Amino acid sequence: MQVPAPFEYERATSVDQAIGLLERLGSSARLVAGGHSLLPMMKLRLANFEYLIDINDLHGELGYIRRSGDEVRIGAMTRHRELLESDALAQVLPIFRDAERVIADPIVRNRGTLGGSLCQADPSEDLSAVCTTLDASCVIRGPGGTERVVGMEEFHVGPYETAVADNEILTEIRIPVKADKSGSAYAKVERRAGDWAVVSAGAAIWLGADNRITDARVGLAAVGPNTTGIPEISAALRGQEPAEALYELAGAIAARSCDPATDTRGTADYKRHLADELTRRTLRKAVERARS
Amino acid sequence: MQVTVTVNGVEYTKEIEGRLLLVHFLRDTLGLTGTHWGCDTSNCGTCVVWMDGEPVKSCTVLAAMAGGREVRTVEGLANGAELDPIQEGFRQCHGLQCGFCTPGMLMTCRHLLDNNPDPTEGEIREAISGQICRCTGYSSIVRSVRWTAVHEAEAKAAAK
Ligand SMILES: Cc1cc2nc3c(=O)[nH]c(=O)nc-3n(C[C@H](O)[C@H](O)[C@H](O)COP(=O)(O)OP(=O)(O)OC[C@H]3O[C@@H](n4cnc5c(N)ncnc54)[C@H](O)[C@@H]3O)c2cc1C
Ligand code: FES
Ligand code: FES
Repeated sequence: MQVPAPFEYERATSVDQAIGLLERLGSSARLVAGGHSLLPMMKLRLANFEYLIDINDLHGELGYIRRSGDEVRIGAMTRHRELLESDALAQVLPIFRDAERVIADPIVRNRGTLGGSLCQADPSEDLSAVCTTLDASCVIRGPGGTERVVGMEEFHVGPYETAVADNEILTEIRIPVKADKSGSAYAKVERRAGDWAVVSAGAAIWLGADNRITDARVGLAAVGPNTTGIPEISAALRGQEPAEALYELAGAIAARSCDPATDTRGTADYKRHLADELTRRTLRKAVERARS
Repeated sequence: MQVTVTVNGVEYTKEIEGRLLLVHFLRDTLGLTGTHWGCDTSNCGTCVVWMDGEPVKSCTVLAAMAGGREVRTVEGLANGAELDPIQEGFRQCHGLQCGFCTPGMLMTCRHLLDNNPDPTEGEIREAISGQICRCTGYSSIVRSVRWTAVHEAEAKAAAK
Protein backbone atom coordinates (compact mmCIF):
# COMPACT_ATOMS: atom_id res chain seq x y z
CA MET A 1 0.00 0.00 0.00
CA GLN A 2 1.44 3.34 -1.02
CA VAL A 3 0.50 6.22 1.25
CA PRO A 4 2.15 9.58 1.73
CA ALA A 5 4.05 10.35 4.93
CA PRO A 6 1.92 12.17 7.53
CA PHE A 7 1.03 15.82 6.92
CA GLU A 8 -1.50 18.38 8.07
CA TYR A 9 -4.27 19.22 5.64
CA GLU A 10 -5.55 22.77 5.23
CA ARG A 11 -8.16 24.04 2.85
CA ALA A 12 -7.84 27.43 1.20
CA THR A 13 -10.93 29.56 0.76
CA SER A 14 -9.44 32.36 -1.37
CA VAL A 15 -6.23 33.07 -3.23
CA ASP A 16 -5.10 35.60 -0.64
CA GLN A 17 -5.90 33.29 2.24
CA ALA A 18 -3.85 30.55 0.51
CA ILE A 19 -0.93 32.97 0.23
CA GLY A 20 -1.35 33.82 3.92
CA LEU A 21 -1.12 30.12 4.81
CA LEU A 22 1.94 29.69 2.59
CA GLU A 23 3.57 32.64 4.25
CA ARG A 24 2.89 31.33 7.72
CA LEU A 25 3.93 27.73 6.98
CA GLY A 26 6.94 28.44 4.75
CA SER A 27 8.74 25.78 2.75
CA SER A 28 7.18 22.98 4.80
CA ALA A 29 3.89 23.57 2.96
CA ARG A 30 2.78 22.81 -0.57
CA LEU A 31 -0.32 23.61 -2.57
CA VAL A 32 -2.33 20.71 -3.90
CA ALA A 33 -4.48 21.33 -6.97
CA GLY A 34 -5.63 18.25 -8.90
CA GLY A 35 -3.10 16.24 -6.93
CA HIS A 36 -2.40 13.96 -9.86
CA SER A 37 1.29 14.75 -9.94
CA LEU A 38 1.89 15.67 -6.32
CA LEU A 39 0.11 12.79 -4.58
CA PRO A 40 1.81 10.06 -6.67
CA MET A 41 5.16 11.67 -5.81
CA MET A 42 4.28 11.80 -2.13
CA LYS A 43 3.13 8.18 -2.19
CA LEU A 44 6.51 7.18 -3.58
CA ARG A 45 8.11 9.43 -0.92
CA LEU A 46 9.84 11.40 -3.64
CA ALA A 47 8.31 14.44 -1.97
CA ASN A 48 7.42 15.15 1.66
CA PHE A 49 5.66 18.14 3.13
CA GLU A 50 4.36 18.89 6.59
CA TYR A 51 1.33 20.75 5.28
CA LEU A 52 -0.77 20.43 2.15
CA ILE A 53 -2.98 23.35 1.25
CA ASP A 54 -5.90 22.23 -0.89
CA ILE A 55 -6.82 24.89 -3.47
CA ASN A 56 -9.69 23.04 -5.14
CA ASP A 57 -12.21 25.43 -3.59
CA LEU A 58 -10.51 28.20 -5.58
CA HIS A 59 -11.86 26.74 -8.81
CA GLY A 60 -14.58 29.38 -8.74
CA GLU A 61 -11.95 32.10 -8.58
CA LEU A 62 -9.25 30.52 -10.76
CA GLY A 63 -11.14 28.25 -13.15
CA TYR A 64 -11.89 30.22 -16.32
CA ILE A 65 -11.02 30.75 -19.97
CA ARG A 66 -11.50 34.36 -21.10
CA ARG A 67 -10.74 36.32 -24.20
CA SER A 68 -9.77 39.86 -23.35
CA GLY A 69 -8.59 42.03 -26.22
CA ASP A 70 -5.45 40.58 -27.73
CA GLU A 71 -5.03 37.92 -25.05
CA VAL A 72 -6.54 34.70 -23.88
CA ARG A 73 -6.45 34.41 -20.10
CA ILE A 74 -6.78 31.05 -18.45
CA GLY A 75 -7.07 30.58 -14.69
CA ALA A 76 -4.58 28.25 -13.03
CA MET A 77 -7.31 25.96 -11.62
CA THR A 78 -8.85 25.31 -15.05
CA ARG A 79 -8.97 21.55 -15.40
CA HIS A 80 -7.77 19.50 -18.36
CA ARG A 81 -11.34 18.58 -19.20
CA GLU A 82 -12.42 22.19 -19.37
CA LEU A 83 -9.53 22.99 -21.69
CA LEU A 84 -10.45 20.03 -23.89
CA GLU A 85 -14.13 20.88 -24.06
CA SER A 86 -13.92 24.64 -24.63
CA ASP A 87 -14.98 25.38 -28.20
CA ALA A 88 -14.04 29.03 -27.78
CA LEU A 89 -10.47 28.01 -26.89
CA ALA A 90 -10.24 25.44 -29.70
CA GLN A 91 -11.28 28.11 -32.15
CA VAL A 92 -8.45 30.55 -31.38
CA LEU A 93 -5.86 28.08 -30.08
CA PRO A 94 -6.59 24.61 -31.50
CA ILE A 95 -3.28 23.37 -30.07
CA PHE A 96 -4.96 23.02 -26.66
CA ARG A 97 -7.52 20.52 -27.87
CA ASP A 98 -4.86 18.59 -29.79
CA ALA A 99 -2.79 18.32 -26.62
CA GLU A 100 -5.62 17.60 -24.22
CA ARG A 101 -6.80 14.68 -26.35
CA VAL A 102 -3.52 12.92 -25.60
CA ILE A 103 -2.96 13.91 -21.97
CA ALA A 104 -3.56 11.04 -19.58
CA ASP A 105 -7.15 9.73 -19.73
CA PRO A 106 -10.61 11.23 -19.24
CA ILE A 107 -10.72 10.52 -15.51
CA VAL A 108 -7.30 12.00 -14.77
CA ARG A 109 -8.34 14.95 -16.92
CA ASN A 110 -11.29 15.53 -14.58
CA ARG A 111 -8.81 16.47 -11.84
CA GLY A 112 -5.53 17.75 -13.28
CA THR A 113 -5.20 21.51 -13.74
CA LEU A 114 -3.30 23.87 -16.00
CA GLY A 115 -1.56 25.47 -13.02
CA GLY A 116 -0.56 22.12 -11.57
CA SER A 117 0.81 21.02 -14.94
CA LEU A 118 3.00 24.10 -15.32
CA CYS A 119 4.12 24.13 -11.68
CA GLN A 120 5.04 20.47 -11.79
CA ALA A 121 7.62 21.54 -14.42
CA ASP A 122 8.12 18.03 -15.69
CA PRO A 123 10.19 18.23 -18.90
CA SER A 124 7.65 16.00 -20.64
CA GLU A 125 4.57 17.94 -19.49
CA ASP A 126 2.35 18.53 -22.51
CA LEU A 127 0.78 21.80 -21.37
CA SER A 128 4.19 23.28 -20.61
CA ALA A 129 5.16 22.55 -24.20
CA VAL A 130 1.91 24.13 -25.39
CA CYS A 131 2.48 27.28 -23.32
CA THR A 132 6.09 27.48 -24.49
CA THR A 133 4.92 27.22 -28.09
CA LEU A 134 2.39 29.98 -27.57
CA ASP A 135 4.83 32.31 -25.78
CA ALA A 136 2.53 32.39 -22.77
CA SER A 137 3.22 34.40 -19.65
CA CYS A 138 2.48 33.35 -16.11
CA VAL A 139 0.89 35.58 -13.51
CA ILE A 140 2.29 34.88 -10.05
CA ARG A 141 0.70 36.43 -6.98
CA GLY A 142 2.47 36.93 -3.67
CA PRO A 143 1.82 38.47 -0.24
CA GLY A 144 0.06 41.82 -0.11
CA GLY A 145 -1.65 41.26 -3.45
CA THR A 146 1.58 41.86 -5.40
CA GLU A 147 1.64 40.31 -8.86
CA ARG A 148 4.42 39.65 -11.29
CA VAL A 149 4.26 38.32 -14.82
CA VAL A 150 7.01 36.09 -16.19
CA GLY A 151 7.50 34.36 -19.55
CA MET A 152 7.77 30.58 -19.87
CA GLU A 153 11.56 30.64 -20.27
CA GLU A 154 11.88 32.38 -16.93
CA PHE A 155 9.05 30.42 -15.31
CA HIS A 156 10.73 27.06 -15.73
CA VAL A 157 13.95 27.28 -13.79
CA GLY A 158 14.82 23.62 -14.28
CA PRO A 159 13.21 20.19 -14.07
CA TYR A 160 10.55 20.31 -11.32
CA GLU A 161 11.60 23.85 -10.45
CA THR A 162 9.72 27.05 -11.21
CA ALA A 163 9.96 30.77 -10.53
CA VAL A 164 7.06 30.50 -8.04
CA ALA A 165 8.44 31.20 -4.55
CA ASP A 166 7.31 29.42 -1.37
CA ASN A 167 4.88 32.21 -0.52
CA GLU A 168 3.47 32.66 -4.03
CA ILE A 169 0.82 31.10 -6.21
CA LEU A 170 0.39 30.89 -9.95
CA THR A 171 -2.99 32.42 -10.73
CA GLU A 172 -3.26 32.86 -14.47
CA ILE A 173 -1.73 32.10 -17.86
CA ARG A 174 -1.88 34.79 -20.54
CA ILE A 175 -1.52 33.93 -24.18
CA PRO A 176 -1.06 36.64 -26.79
CA VAL A 177 -3.42 36.52 -29.77
CA LYS A 178 -2.11 38.42 -32.78
CA ALA A 179 -4.32 39.96 -35.41
CA ASP A 180 -2.79 37.94 -38.27
CA LYS A 181 -4.26 34.72 -39.58
CA SER A 182 -2.99 32.10 -37.17
CA GLY A 183 -2.96 28.38 -36.66
CA SER A 184 -1.51 26.00 -34.10
CA ALA A 185 -1.17 22.26 -33.63
CA TYR A 186 0.26 19.65 -31.28
CA ALA A 187 1.48 16.10 -31.86
CA LYS A 188 2.94 13.52 -29.55
CA VAL A 189 4.36 10.05 -29.79
CA GLU A 190 3.69 7.92 -26.72
CA ARG A 191 4.16 4.24 -25.98
CA ARG A 192 0.51 3.62 -25.17
CA ALA A 193 -2.72 5.60 -24.84
CA GLY A 194 -2.53 8.29 -22.16
CA ASP A 195 1.17 7.90 -21.52
CA TRP A 196 3.72 10.64 -21.15
CA ALA A 197 5.41 11.74 -24.36
CA VAL A 198 8.39 9.98 -25.84
CA VAL A 199 8.64 13.28 -27.69
CA SER A 200 6.00 15.86 -28.49
CA ALA A 201 5.97 19.05 -30.50
CA GLY A 202 3.75 22.09 -30.71
CA ALA A 203 3.74 24.66 -33.49
CA ALA A 204 2.09 28.04 -33.89
CA ILE A 205 2.14 30.08 -37.05
CA TRP A 206 0.98 33.55 -38.10
CA LEU A 207 0.41 34.55 -41.72
CA GLY A 208 0.32 38.08 -43.10
CA ALA A 209 -1.98 39.42 -45.82
CA ASP A 210 0.52 38.27 -48.45
CA ASN A 211 0.36 34.75 -46.96
CA ARG A 212 3.93 34.92 -45.82
CA ILE A 213 4.87 33.83 -42.33
CA THR A 214 5.01 36.83 -40.01
CA ASP A 215 5.94 34.65 -37.06
CA ALA A 216 6.30 31.00 -36.14
CA ARG A 217 7.09 29.15 -32.94
CA VAL A 218 7.90 25.55 -32.17
CA GLY A 219 8.01 24.01 -28.67
CA LEU A 220 9.22 20.54 -27.81
CA ALA A 221 8.70 18.34 -24.74
CA ALA A 222 10.73 15.45 -23.32
CA VAL A 223 13.92 16.28 -25.20
CA GLY A 224 15.83 18.28 -22.60
CA PRO A 225 15.71 19.60 -19.04
CA ASN A 226 12.76 21.89 -19.85
CA THR A 227 10.19 22.13 -22.57
CA THR A 228 12.04 24.16 -25.13
CA GLY A 229 11.08 26.86 -27.59
CA ILE A 230 13.43 27.02 -30.55
CA PRO A 231 14.10 30.64 -31.59
CA GLU A 232 16.27 29.51 -34.49
CA ILE A 233 13.21 28.01 -36.16
CA SER A 234 11.27 31.23 -35.73
CA ALA A 235 14.12 33.16 -37.32
CA ALA A 236 14.36 30.75 -40.24
CA LEU A 237 10.63 30.85 -40.96
CA ARG A 238 9.83 34.55 -40.64
CA GLY A 239 9.17 36.27 -43.95
CA GLN A 240 9.02 32.97 -45.86
CA GLU A 241 6.17 31.43 -47.75
CA PRO A 242 4.93 28.19 -46.19
CA ALA A 243 6.28 25.18 -48.10
CA GLU A 244 7.29 21.59 -47.50
CA ALA A 245 10.98 22.46 -47.85
CA LEU A 246 10.60 24.99 -45.05
CA TYR A 247 9.06 22.42 -42.70
CA GLU A 248 11.97 20.12 -43.50
CA LEU A 249 14.41 22.85 -42.61
CA ALA A 250 12.56 23.50 -39.34
CA GLY A 251 12.54 19.78 -38.53
CA ALA A 252 16.28 19.58 -39.08
CA ILE A 253 16.85 22.54 -36.77
CA ALA A 254 14.62 20.95 -34.11
CA ALA A 255 16.51 17.65 -34.28
CA ARG A 256 19.86 19.39 -34.05
CA SER A 257 18.95 21.84 -31.27
CA CYS A 258 17.28 19.51 -28.80
CA ASP A 259 19.02 17.54 -26.09
CA PRO A 260 17.31 14.18 -25.53
CA ALA A 261 18.58 11.38 -23.31
CA THR A 262 18.48 7.67 -24.02
CA ASP A 263 16.07 6.01 -21.57
CA THR A 264 13.32 3.40 -21.37
CA ARG A 265 11.21 5.49 -23.72
CA GLY A 266 13.76 5.40 -26.54
CA THR A 267 17.23 6.25 -27.69
CA ALA A 268 18.46 9.80 -28.13
CA ASP A 269 18.70 9.22 -31.89
CA TYR A 270 15.12 8.03 -32.11
CA LYS A 271 13.97 11.07 -30.14
CA ARG A 272 15.85 13.41 -32.46
CA HIS A 273 14.13 11.71 -35.36
CA LEU A 274 10.77 12.28 -33.66
CA ALA A 275 11.57 15.93 -32.94
CA ASP A 276 12.24 16.36 -36.65
CA GLU A 277 9.15 14.53 -37.84
CA LEU A 278 6.74 16.03 -35.27
CA THR A 279 8.01 19.54 -35.99
CA ARG A 280 7.21 19.07 -39.67
CA ARG A 281 3.80 17.59 -38.99
CA THR A 282 2.69 20.28 -36.56
CA LEU A 283 3.94 23.12 -38.75
CA ARG A 284 2.11 21.66 -41.75
CA LYS A 285 -1.07 21.35 -39.71
CA ALA A 286 -0.73 24.81 -38.18
CA VAL A 287 -0.35 26.39 -41.62
CA GLU A 288 -3.33 24.42 -42.92
CA ARG A 289 -5.40 25.78 -40.04
CA ALA A 290 -4.12 29.33 -40.48
CA ARG A 291 -5.22 29.24 -44.10
CA SER A 292 -8.67 27.81 -43.51
CA MET B 1 -8.78 15.91 11.58
CA GLN B 2 -12.50 15.56 11.18
CA VAL B 3 -14.12 15.07 7.81
CA THR B 4 -17.75 14.89 6.76
CA VAL B 5 -18.47 13.16 3.47
CA THR B 6 -21.75 12.15 1.92
CA VAL B 7 -21.45 8.71 0.38
CA ASN B 8 -24.37 7.33 -1.61
CA GLY B 9 -26.65 9.80 0.12
CA VAL B 10 -25.54 8.99 3.67
CA GLU B 11 -23.53 11.57 5.61
CA TYR B 12 -20.52 10.23 7.53
CA THR B 13 -18.38 12.23 9.96
CA LYS B 14 -15.08 10.57 10.84
CA GLU B 15 -11.80 11.33 12.49
CA ILE B 16 -9.08 10.72 9.89
CA GLU B 17 -5.44 11.39 9.14
CA GLY B 18 -4.72 14.07 6.56
CA ARG B 19 -2.84 11.58 4.41
CA LEU B 20 -5.69 9.04 4.19
CA LEU B 21 -6.63 8.37 0.57
CA LEU B 22 -10.27 8.36 -0.46
CA VAL B 23 -10.09 4.74 -1.61
CA HIS B 24 -8.95 3.61 1.85
CA PHE B 25 -11.49 5.85 3.56
CA LEU B 26 -14.26 4.14 1.59
CA ARG B 27 -12.93 0.62 2.05
CA ASP B 28 -11.37 0.64 5.51
CA THR B 29 -13.12 3.43 7.40
CA LEU B 30 -16.61 2.97 5.95
CA GLY B 31 -16.35 -0.72 5.04
CA LEU B 32 -17.57 -0.04 1.51
CA THR B 33 -15.33 -2.59 -0.18
CA GLY B 34 -17.16 -2.46 -3.50
CA THR B 35 -14.62 0.10 -4.65
CA HIS B 36 -11.54 -1.89 -5.58
CA TRP B 37 -7.98 -0.87 -5.28
CA GLY B 38 -5.38 -2.13 -7.71
CA CYS B 39 -2.37 -0.35 -9.12
CA ASP B 40 -2.05 2.47 -6.60
CA THR B 41 -0.61 4.64 -9.39
CA SER B 42 -3.73 6.16 -11.01
CA ASN B 43 -3.37 3.89 -14.02
CA CYS B 44 -5.78 0.97 -13.65
CA GLY B 45 -9.01 2.78 -12.79
CA THR B 46 -10.41 0.04 -10.60
CA CYS B 47 -10.82 2.61 -7.79
CA VAL B 48 -13.04 4.98 -9.82
CA VAL B 49 -15.88 6.60 -7.86
CA TRP B 50 -17.78 9.82 -8.45
CA MET B 51 -17.03 12.98 -6.52
CA ASP B 52 -19.62 15.70 -7.00
CA GLY B 53 -20.84 13.79 -10.04
CA GLU B 54 -17.46 13.35 -11.77
CA PRO B 55 -15.49 10.11 -12.03
CA VAL B 56 -12.21 10.31 -10.11
CA LYS B 57 -9.47 7.82 -9.33
CA SER B 58 -9.94 7.57 -5.57
CA CYS B 59 -6.38 6.31 -4.98
CA THR B 60 -5.18 9.77 -5.99
CA VAL B 61 -7.66 11.86 -4.03
CA LEU B 62 -7.31 12.56 -0.32
CA ALA B 63 -10.28 11.66 1.82
CA ALA B 64 -9.96 15.18 3.23
CA MET B 65 -10.48 16.57 -0.27
CA ALA B 66 -13.85 14.82 -0.34
CA GLY B 67 -14.94 16.70 2.79
CA GLY B 68 -18.25 18.46 2.16
CA ARG B 69 -18.61 16.72 -1.19
CA GLU B 70 -20.83 13.96 -2.48
CA VAL B 71 -19.30 10.64 -3.32
CA ARG B 72 -21.04 7.86 -5.20
CA THR B 73 -19.68 4.35 -5.26
CA VAL B 74 -20.72 1.11 -6.93
CA GLU B 75 -22.80 0.34 -3.82
CA GLY B 76 -24.94 3.33 -4.75
CA LEU B 77 -25.92 1.99 -8.18
CA ALA B 78 -28.53 -0.68 -7.44
CA ASN B 79 -31.89 0.29 -6.06
CA GLY B 80 -32.35 -2.38 -3.42
CA ALA B 81 -32.61 -5.70 -5.27
CA GLU B 82 -33.10 -3.94 -8.58
CA LEU B 83 -29.89 -3.56 -10.58
CA ASP B 84 -29.04 -0.34 -12.32
CA PRO B 85 -29.41 -0.86 -16.10
CA ILE B 86 -25.62 -0.64 -16.50
CA GLN B 87 -25.20 -3.51 -14.03
CA GLU B 88 -27.86 -5.43 -15.91
CA GLY B 89 -26.01 -4.71 -19.16
CA PHE B 90 -22.76 -6.11 -17.79
CA ARG B 91 -24.69 -9.18 -16.61
CA GLN B 92 -26.45 -9.73 -19.93
CA CYS B 93 -23.39 -9.26 -22.13
CA HIS B 94 -20.67 -10.82 -19.97
CA GLY B 95 -19.06 -7.47 -19.30
CA LEU B 96 -17.12 -9.03 -16.49
CA GLN B 97 -15.16 -12.16 -15.80
CA CYS B 98 -13.12 -11.98 -12.60
CA GLY B 99 -14.95 -8.77 -11.68
CA PHE B 100 -11.94 -6.91 -10.37
CA CYS B 101 -12.16 -3.95 -12.74
CA THR B 102 -15.96 -3.99 -12.72
CA PRO B 103 -16.85 -1.44 -10.01
CA GLY B 104 -14.69 1.21 -11.67
CA MET B 105 -15.95 0.29 -15.13
CA LEU B 106 -19.57 0.52 -13.96
CA MET B 107 -19.04 3.96 -12.48
CA THR B 108 -17.36 5.29 -15.61
CA CYS B 109 -19.89 3.75 -17.97
CA ARG B 110 -22.87 4.98 -15.93
CA HIS B 111 -21.40 8.47 -16.10
CA LEU B 112 -20.84 8.15 -19.83
CA LEU B 113 -24.44 7.13 -20.49
CA ASP B 114 -25.80 9.90 -18.27
CA ASN B 115 -23.99 12.43 -20.45
CA ASN B 116 -24.17 10.66 -23.79
CA PRO B 117 -27.11 8.22 -23.93
CA ASP B 118 -26.09 6.82 -27.33
CA PRO B 119 -22.30 6.47 -27.39
CA THR B 120 -20.42 4.93 -30.28
CA GLU B 121 -17.96 2.11 -29.75
CA GLY B 122 -15.16 4.66 -30.12
CA GLU B 123 -16.67 6.90 -27.47
CA ILE B 124 -17.05 3.99 -25.07
CA ARG B 125 -13.44 2.93 -25.60
CA GLU B 126 -12.27 6.50 -25.07
CA ALA B 127 -14.29 6.79 -21.84
CA ILE B 128 -12.71 3.67 -20.34
CA SER B 129 -9.23 4.34 -21.74
CA GLY B 130 -7.90 5.09 -18.27
CA GLN B 131 -8.98 1.70 -16.99
CA ILE B 132 -7.50 -1.73 -17.30
CA CYS B 133 -9.38 -5.00 -17.64
CA ARG B 134 -7.19 -8.07 -17.77
CA CYS B 135 -10.06 -10.46 -18.57
CA THR B 136 -12.58 -9.28 -21.11
CA GLY B 137 -10.51 -7.78 -23.89
CA TYR B 138 -12.94 -4.85 -23.55
CA SER B 139 -15.23 -6.14 -26.35
CA SER B 140 -17.83 -7.44 -23.98
CA ILE B 141 -17.65 -4.27 -21.89
CA VAL B 142 -18.34 -2.23 -25.01
CA ARG B 143 -21.22 -4.58 -25.85
CA SER B 144 -22.60 -4.22 -22.33
CA VAL B 145 -22.65 -0.43 -22.57
CA ARG B 146 -24.33 -0.59 -25.99
CA TRP B 147 -26.91 -3.04 -24.59
CA THR B 148 -27.65 -0.62 -21.79
CA ALA B 149 -27.90 2.35 -24.16
CA VAL B 150 -30.43 0.54 -26.35
CA HIS B 151 -32.31 -0.82 -23.36
CA GLU B 152 -32.56 2.59 -21.70
CA ALA B 153 -33.71 4.23 -24.93
CA GLU B 154 -36.43 1.60 -25.29
CA ALA B 155 -37.50 1.98 -21.69
CA LYS B 156 -37.71 5.74 -22.15
CA ALA B 157 -39.77 5.40 -25.34
CA ALA B 158 -42.11 2.94 -23.64
CA ALA B 159 -42.62 5.32 -20.72
CA LYS B 160 -43.86 8.06 -23.06
C1 LIG C 1 -1.98 8.25 -14.92
C2 LIG C 1 -1.50 9.64 -15.24
C3 LIG C 1 -1.13 9.94 -16.54
C4 LIG C 1 -0.69 11.23 -16.86
N1 LIG C 1 -0.36 11.50 -18.15
C5 LIG C 1 0.05 12.74 -18.48
C6 LIG C 1 0.41 13.06 -19.81
O1 LIG C 1 0.33 12.23 -20.71
N2 LIG C 1 0.86 14.32 -20.08
C7 LIG C 1 0.93 15.27 -19.12
O2 LIG C 1 1.34 16.38 -19.43
N3 LIG C 1 0.57 15.02 -17.85
C8 LIG C 1 0.14 13.77 -17.51
N4 LIG C 1 -0.21 13.51 -16.22
C9 LIG C 1 -0.12 14.57 -15.20
C10 LIG C 1 -1.45 15.26 -14.99
O3 LIG C 1 -1.73 16.04 -16.11
C11 LIG C 1 -1.37 16.11 -13.72
O4 LIG C 1 -2.63 16.27 -13.23
C12 LIG C 1 -0.78 17.47 -13.89
O5 LIG C 1 0.51 17.38 -14.38
C13 LIG C 1 -0.66 18.21 -12.57
O6 LIG C 1 -1.79 18.90 -12.32
P1 LIG C 1 -2.48 18.83 -10.90
O7 LIG C 1 -3.50 19.88 -10.89
O8 LIG C 1 -2.90 17.44 -10.63
O9 LIG C 1 -1.26 19.28 -9.95
P2 LIG C 1 -0.84 18.83 -8.49
O10 LIG C 1 -0.38 17.44 -8.51
O11 LIG C 1 -1.88 19.20 -7.52
O12 LIG C 1 0.40 19.82 -8.28
C14 LIG C 1 1.61 19.67 -8.98
C15 LIG C 1 2.61 20.69 -8.44
O13 LIG C 1 2.21 22.01 -8.76
C16 LIG C 1 2.04 22.81 -7.59
N5 LIG C 1 0.90 23.68 -7.86
C17 LIG C 1 -0.33 23.30 -8.32
N6 LIG C 1 -1.09 24.38 -8.57
C18 LIG C 1 -0.34 25.47 -8.27
C19 LIG C 1 -0.57 26.87 -8.34
N7 LIG C 1 -1.73 27.39 -8.78
N8 LIG C 1 0.44 27.71 -7.97
C20 LIG C 1 1.62 27.22 -7.53
N9 LIG C 1 1.88 25.89 -7.45
C21 LIG C 1 0.92 25.03 -7.82
C22 LIG C 1 1.85 21.82 -6.47
O14 LIG C 1 2.26 22.38 -5.24
C23 LIG C 1 2.73 20.68 -6.92
O15 LIG C 1 4.05 20.94 -6.59
C24 LIG C 1 -0.64 12.24 -15.87
C25 LIG C 1 -1.01 11.92 -14.55
C26 LIG C 1 -1.45 10.65 -14.23
C27 LIG C 1 -1.83 10.37 -12.83
S1 FES D 1 -5.91 1.77 -7.80
FE1 FES D 1 -6.50 3.75 -8.41
S2 FES D 1 -6.11 3.76 -10.50
FE2 FES D 1 -5.37 1.82 -9.91
S1 FES E 1 -13.17 -8.62 -15.44
FE1 FES E 1 -11.26 -9.26 -14.69
S2 FES E 1 -10.13 -7.43 -14.79
FE2 FES E 1 -11.89 -6.92 -15.85
